[in-house]
Amino acid sequence: MKLFKLRGGVHPQGRKELASERAIRVLPMPDRLFIPLQQHVGAPAQPLVKVGDHVLKGQLIAASQGFISAPVHASTSGRIVAIGDYAAAHSSGLAAPTVTIASDGDDRWLETDSPSDPFSLSPEEIAARVGAAGIVGLGGATFPSAVKLSLSRKNNVRTLIINGGECEPYITCDDRLMRERASDIIEGVRLIRHAVGAVDVMVGIEENKPAALLAMRAAASGTEVKVIAVPAMYPMGWDKQMIRALTGCEVPADGRSADIGVLVHNVATAYAVHEAVRFGRPLVSRLVTVSGGAVAEPGNLVVPIGTLVETLFQYCGGFSEKPARLVLGGPMMGSELFSAAVPVVKGTSGVLALTAREIGSTQAAPCIRCSSCVRACPVGLLPLEMAAHIRAGNSNAAVSRGLKDCIACGCCSFVCPSHIPLVHYFNFAKGELMEQERGKLKLEATKKLADERMARTQRIEREREAAAAKRKAAREAKEAAAKLTQTITEAA
Amino acid sequence: MITAMTSLTILGAILGLILGVAARVFRVEGNALVGELLDILPGSQCGQCGFPGCAGAAQALADGSAPVTLCPPGGRAVAIALAARLGVEADVSGVKDAVPMIAEVREELCIGCTRCFKVCPTDAIMGAAQQIHAVFREACTACGKCEAVCPTESVTLVPVSVTLHGWYWPKPV
Amino acid sequence: MNPIAHSPHAHAPITVSRVMLLVMLALTPATLFGFWLYGWPAINVWVVSLLAALAGETLILRLQQRAIRPVLMDGSGILTAWLLALSLPPLAPWWIAVLGSFFAVIISKQLYGGLGQNPFNPAMAARVMLLISFPVEMTTWATPAPLGSTGAASWLDSLAVTFVGAHVDGMSSATLLGHVKTEFTRGIELQQALSGYYAPLDALWGHRGGSLGETAALLLLAGGVFLIYKKIITWHAPVAMLLGVVVPALFFSSINPAHYAGPLYHLLSGGLMLGAFFIITDPVTSPNTATGQFIFGLGCGLLTWIIRTWGGYPEGVAFAVMLMNAATPIIDHYVRPRIYGRNRRGVSMSIEPAKKES
Repeated sequence: MKLFKLRGGVHPQGRKELASERAIRVLPMPDRLFIPLQQHVGAPAQPLVKVGDHVLKGQLIAASQGFISAPVHASTSGRIVAIGDYAAAHSSGLAAPTVTIASDGDDRWLETDSPSDPFSLSPEEIAARVGAAGIVGLGGATFPSAVKLSLSRKNNVRTLIINGGECEPYITCDDRLMRERASDIIEGVRLIRHAVGAVDVMVGIEENKPAALLAMRAAASGTEVKVIAVPAMYPMGWDKQMIRALTGCEVPADGRSADIGVLVHNVATAYAVHEAVRFGRPLVSRLVTVSGGAVAEPGNLVVPIGTLVETLFQYCGGFSEKPARLVLGGPMMGSELFSAAVPVVKGTSGVLALTAREIGSTQAAPCIRCSSCVRACPVGLLPLEMAAHIRAGNSNAAVSRGLKDCIACGCCSFVCPSHIPLVHYFNFAKGELMEQERGKLKLEATKKLADERMARTQRIEREREAAAAKRKAAREAKEAAAKLTQTITEAA
Repeated sequence: MITAMTSLTILGAILGLILGVAARVFRVEGNALVGELLDILPGSQCGQCGFPGCAGAAQALADGSAPVTLCPPGGRAVAIALAARLGVEADVSGVKDAVPMIAEVREELCIGCTRCFKVCPTDAIMGAAQQIHAVFREACTACGKCEAVCPTESVTLVPVSVTLHGWYWPKPV
Repeated sequence: MNPIAHSPHAHAPITVSRVMLLVMLALTPATLFGFWLYGWPAINVWVVSLLAALAGETLILRLQQRAIRPVLMDGSGILTAWLLALSLPPLAPWWIAVLGSFFAVIISKQLYGGLGQNPFNPAMAARVMLLISFPVEMTTWATPAPLGSTGAASWLDSLAVTFVGAHVDGMSSATLLGHVKTEFTRGIELQQALSGYYAPLDALWGHRGGSLGETAALLLLAGGVFLIYKKIITWHAPVAMLLGVVVPALFFSSINPAHYAGPLYHLLSGGLMLGAFFIITDPVTSPNTATGQFIFGLGCGLLTWIIRTWGGYPEGVAFAVMLMNAATPIIDHYVRPRIYGRNRRGVSMSIEPAKKES
């Protein structure tokens, strides 16, 4: 098939060989699981359990709230021991509302109903089951999948693209999943197709994963699913990049992929859909790559959601040398962690322990305007100009140059010969602008309150005056009447 | 010589005429500006800027006697909006240094005197007589009026704690 | 403890000093050829230029109370001086080299704020300053006298040429461009002026009069191709500059061959090759986008040809580069990449037509 031309991108050292040949292993159930209530884009889930409750594996412990949200389930059977703030898997090191479960060791599933033929379910039924299973985009975006399914159906999506472009260095979980669970993934893909009524189905897999391509092609033969090799480059896994490579269309900047008739899901999401619809199992575990130069035995583990990152490293033989950085996710977009005592969440594709040599960063030097960043940017931005404006305290100028189109993929920082932390500048500016936006909204709200209060106090004042005037009038009338009576009496 | 003088004089006269006409035709109502500035300001009439209420501040901003960074509750966002409206360069870096604050009621000290919620310009304090008061965080502008009237120092302004939602990367050094 | 680092947690194996080193490596063959062709005086000029640049940069950094080591280590000052030396006449006296290097690193680079802040190419700014201020010294060219040949100056002679200002008769000659321009002013036609002076094959190898390192067209081309291969520069600006010279030369010489020289003559003379591959590819003073660089290169080429053909100076590369440097911010303002999902003007692509199409 003809592939379409792509722009920008970089070719970082893959380092996938560390974990790519390690078969999937299942992590033994840890004693305690720390399950955050928000592991998705949108509103946090509302807890339904109390401390002391006993729950079964797969039991709903927090319900989704609002349209864009996702429920959270117990990852094992056991007792709820705490509901409260716990360190989140985030660079800030801040805490987030978390449900803590002490495992009872049985790992007993909740009784679930599974349809005899999932393809006999109606599309709405599939979307509902996907939503109830708490499935979110497992490629890292963590957008609730059911929302995407129903939106796509409404928009008459014709093309379904399954993203197997695992372009982050080190990360091999999707690669392993495709090699070892190809037929399950393909069934998940066909279920999604059924749910949205798509006509064309394409699975895009980077050509540096020949084994995964082979397995997926074998599993897809005889179905309507086409498996296509795409060039190995970063960021091939950016959904809009995958769309451009396979269809030649671009998603409008102000729109969604559904607007051009395309729906993109990750391979791991397709697998989770299969698990949820075929077996009624909610998303309570995921495949995580444990890798990095400092990890003794890198590998790919099936990890219950809520397991602490340190448990993963321990299971992989600990550290062979002192890691310089612990990273959640891949090295290009992942976040450095304060400590390894944070839970794995639905969007965690990997945990890395990197050595100083692997990071290879040095002190930032002045920009020489070499425009390597311009060539590397897959979006078509001018990172050097935007960073210069932000550095000068003018984030708004960066917005007019496309700051909001930046996907923070890190290509610019990666290639910069001066080692300028360009993406850091962009994320700082985005945060600053968001804060200003919040401030503006709050200001509008408080201003309205102040106006209302002013109107109210004035009204009360007026009413009091009116009442006083009325009273006075009444009194005077009374007095006048009294006087009149008196006069009359006197006269009489 | 004469030609040059004449032509320059005529040129000057014509240009002066155009300017004069333009000044009349495109005249901006002075009050309109004050009104627009007033729209930008918080409207809580807290008086922290040193002017009598937000209207006074807007008047001062319009005639240029006050800097755009005058409004502490408005913070950076207001300073930037004011600078944009007035078309002036503003150094807002100083504004940001003021940590965002919020009023907080210490329950063990509150005697339920209702003084604070009577003065709150945005109705951000809830409560009734003899009841412990509470601050509605979304509405509080940290104007400090409640702190000033509280007889037991139960209401204080405290820095807003950073949450996962509000956190963002600091500026690279 | 270190503050938490932002992604990415990996980096391409590239630094500013590595970029500078690769450019110097690409310049080495042409430079060595210049040394061989013009002998010891050329080596003296090159060494003096480099040392003066280091000294000048140290001086200005000390005055500005900035850290000296990291700036000297990035190699940009040395590269600037190297490029300047290559564009100086081999017989130039020492003070020309010193003055040029000082002007380049102090006035046209550090006073603007240092590396990355200068609007004009420092080497070309220095060359233009020298050419305007000291026209005699800057246009006294050496006849090629390769090291070891009979006409070559000995090392001791060369010291006298460079440091004392001794004149060696029979060593100086005119460049091809200068010769033709002089002959034109005397009303002599092109063919006549070129006879005996113009040997394309010699010029191709670099065996001609001219600046220290600008004559070896093939070696400069090889260096440029090496840089393109190494992804330090892109092809856009150099190719555009050569086109900007070749196209008008071809057009006008076919109309009036008696007055306008052909493309080969232009390609193989003056500092065109050096300029196309090493000067206008200076990242700091050239536009950011591929299209911008193409426009920039085209402008440099056209201006070079115009100055050579109709201007008062025989050679125009340095002037052309500086003029286009001044236009770089405008080019960058108007030529921007198209953002994904938006049209050229930055407006989001419309949603409706795409839907119909799919």
